[in-house]
Amino acid sequence: MSELRDSYDVAVVGAGPAGLAAATVCARAGLATVLFDEQPAPGGQIYRSVTTTPVKRDTILGADYWAGAALAQKFVASGAHYVPGATVWNLTREREIGVSVGGAARLLAAERVILATGALERPFPIPGWTLPGVMTASAGQILLKSSGLVPDGRTVVAGCGPLLWLIAWQYLNAGVRIDAILETTTAERAAAWRHAPAFATSPYFLKGLRMVLAVRRRVRVVSNVTELRAEGRDRVEAVAWRTARGSEQRLPVDNLFLHQGVVPNVNLAMAAGIEHRWDDVQLCFAPVLDNDGGTAIPGVAIAGDGAGIAGAEAAQARGMLAGLAAVRAIRPNAPELAETDAVRARLARFIRGREFLDTYYKPAAQFRRPAPDTLVCRCEEVTAGQIVDTVALGCTGPNQMKAFLRCGMGPCQGRECGLTVTELIAQARGVSPQEVGYYRLRPPVKPITLGELASLPKNQAALRSVARG
Amino acid sequence: MFRRLPDADGSSVEVTIDGRSTRVRAGDTVAAALLSAGVLASRISDVSGAPRAPYCMMGVCFECLVTVDGVGNRQGCLMPVKPGMRIDTQHGKREVGR
Amino acid sequence: MSGAVHEADVAVVGGGLVGAAIAWGLARSGTRVLVLDEGDVAFRASRGNFALVWVQSKGLGMPEYAAWTKLSSDLWGQFARRLADETGLDVAFRRPGGFHLCLSEREVENRAAMLSRLHNQSAMVKYGYEILDAAQVRGMLPQIGPEVAGASYCPLDGHVNSLRLLRALHAGMQQFGAGYLADHVVEKIAPRDGGFRLTTRHGEVRAAKVVLAAGNGNARLGPMVGLDIPVRPQRGQIIVTEKVAPFLDYPIVTIRQTDEGSVMIGDSVEEAGWDTSVGTGVVSAEAERAVRMFPHLARLNVVRTWAALRVMTPDGFPIYQQSVSSPGAFVATCHSGVTLAAVHALVVAPAIARGELPAEQYIAFSPRRFHVPATA
Repeated sequence: MSELRDSYDVAVVGAGPAGLAAATVCARAGLATVLFDEQPAPGGQIYRSVTTTPVKRDTILGADYWAGAALAQKFVASGAHYVPGATVWNLTREREIGVSVGGAARLLAAERVILATGALERPFPIPGWTLPGVMTASAGQILLKSSGLVPDGRTVVAGCGPLLWLIAWQYLNAGVRIDAILETTTAERAAAWRHAPAFATSPYFLKGLRMVLAVRRRVRVVSNVTELRAEGRDRVEAVAWRTARGSEQRLPVDNLFLHQGVVPNVNLAMAAGIEHRWDDVQLCFAPVLDNDGGTAIPGVAIAGDGAGIAGAEAAQARGMLAGLAAVRAIRPNAPELAETDAVRARLARFIRGREFLDTYYKPAAQFRRPAPDTLVCRCEEVTAGQIVDTVALGCTGPNQMKAFLRCGMGPCQGRECGLTVTELIAQARGVSPQEVGYYRLRPPVKPITLGELASLPKNQAALRSVARG
Repeated sequence: MFRRLPDADGSSVEVTIDGRSTRVRAGDTVAAALLSAGVLASRISDVSGAPRAPYCMMGVCFECLVTVDGVGNRQGCLMPVKPGMRIDTQHGKREVGR
Repeated sequence: MSGAVHEADVAVVGGGLVGAAIAWGLARSGTRVLVLDEGDVAFRASRGNFALVWVQSKGLGMPEYAAWTKLSSDLWGQFARRLADETGLDVAFRRPGGFHLCLSEREVENRAAMLSRLHNQSAMVKYGYEILDAAQVRGMLPQIGPEVAGASYCPLDGHVNSLRLLRALHAGMQQFGAGYLADHVVEKIAPRDGGFRLTTRHGEVRAAKVVLAAGNGNARLGPMVGLDIPVRPQRGQIIVTEKVAPFLDYPIVTIRQTDEGSVMIGDSVEEAGWDTSVGTGVVSAEAERAVRMFPHLARLNVVRTWAALRVMTPDGFPIYQQSVSSPGAFVATCHSGVTLAAVHALVVAPAIARGELPAEQYIAFSPRRFHVPATA
């Protein structure tokens, strides 16, 4: 870490497609650029381990995945300073970044900051979701991509969304037996069809269709699942479900993968004070941004799925636009700026058809606001029923809720429960999630040790405010 | 339960898991290594005593907390394994000094 | 403004620890109480405090405050038991005694001198405390680091789970029939028809009496009912770590382990207006002192830091008063809402119910003290 400077022109957080694209264009334009990422290799989640994966057969992961390799290579060649294994735990309004690498924390400054921390899996609270053996579909993908590990034994994939089909397809390519896909897509999906024409012209349409058909040919698919439960004592032993037609069914299972879409990973952005608003189509909080991903905080932008879920190609385009905006601010005559319009057009192409996917794969209400005895806060083990009861006590929002029940106060800082809590409170109060709001997030957004915190610089005013003996 | 794809390459390193010496794949994270070694639960919850295992594998859920080389509450999914590493599953709260 | 009208015997403005304690005390005696509170995101000193029930250094400059504090500490045990019996919630009140640790000989000397001055005040209530040297401290706190030079210890100090206390007070007051209106910021209070009319954007509240317990919001409301409440925000920043197995039995004024296992670290003082952003320099300074006091804390993970605003009067002592121009309007404000919760619930609430804050007990806390020129 000794080569890390005290300040850069541009600091990018996150090495997924958006972060890689942003850092690459800035470095190429001659800006002093640093990219921080938590993982040991570039790619984010969608291109996870693309430079290091032990899965050599490219037919398993698919061509879209391998496109990430080219992106990573361009980044490596760009001259940006790459810091893997780095946890960014704070960002102030003055663009001071708190980062921890190798157990040592330090602060640095940047003229422009681009947050590209991507997305995380939407919480999928069902009874038994905390049992060992129950994981997200992304977790399955990570084990496959980073370690060449695939589930052994009886495997069920449940939920909805394009990624569900992708992981199933990748697993089948790798020779994994999938006992069933339990689809929780609602019958309301008919509403999506009015967006179908736009989607039909999207580059995703044919790819997606082929993938779904290929999987359906080889795996039992149960549709319209309205109830879902993981059963077992010390690990998942069975999955039980009910469909719209009503009867309960059960399958013994060793591995259960859950997925109902992804949502922006908002913790760093919110802790930095960036305003977020409830998006009623994507059913999550998304940042308020201009066309270049700029926030209301001068010099701070958000790119990629963290700006709004739109997939890898859109993320790359957004990353470029945020990077180009940084270039424009510092090197207004840079030749790289000439491609701006072309990038905007690319972004528009990849955004087209999102509304179809968002509506078609809208997660059902009972899986966003679960039954009373379902755990909502995994860390502190708070149930949906406890949350709703506390609203009856007069608790109007997630921050009072946090104080009353401890939900949201665990180490994950609300990443696994925040949306569920907001939606439960909104429903109980009969108001919109926008009115209810979200947890008030504070630094550090990822843990750092007390010793690391103690080692940071302190000015006289700070010292005086503390030691008054 | 997880198995390794037959053509997945990679050398192995020796670590201890709860005191037992085991070979795991170099390049795996601690969480992946535990799963590949058949360890079902990375920790026992300090709230209810329930067993918990990695859920997200990307540093979000904090279920994969284990003690590594004597230091508790490490996110196993973010740490690559190293030769000689001592990995211990966690039971209840971390001990201060550990 | 919508047309809802609520009626009560007493309207309490503010649902934090002060308001909820008073409302609980009033409701238990059969008074019809309505508590008006802000929304989910509000300054709320009650959610940001250090949860100490602290006696040892209070009252330099006002011995009545020392006596008031000790009284509350002595009543705290029965207060906690009643809450537990009635609501089933254990607020984890512990009074093992507490420490103020010093990291140099000079700090020890300053501390001893200050406590000596405190206890030499005329009419000062008597209780024991000790100045300990490093070896004596280590005898009670074996894990302290080598830089700890000494400490002051007082057996009356303790701590509580203050978030659970707030929850218990809310549950308890509602059990006795108190009403709670969240998201009801009081815009105006007008004396009317022998009582008071409070205007909020959702409607009106009419009550025979009103208690201002709105923390820093009191400054705006006070003049509406003839009360002078010169409070200002004073920022404090706090660190909390992950939960660890119990290791610290005693609260330190700047470090305590909660009943859930997390370790809280404070204590900073800044005049920063209404700004509740966290400054890395300040929390870093707090972390450094904490690690010097207990070196093994260095490896613990910090999971959250926050800044909260104390409700600070010019001399730091509480204000209790009944309005002279609008009798029936009361103010109760302080920066020690946790320590004083017991007296607020068990002494102040009954006094408000009777309609009188007796001079012998409350005159020292009247805001008139701020207008008396200091004697030479």
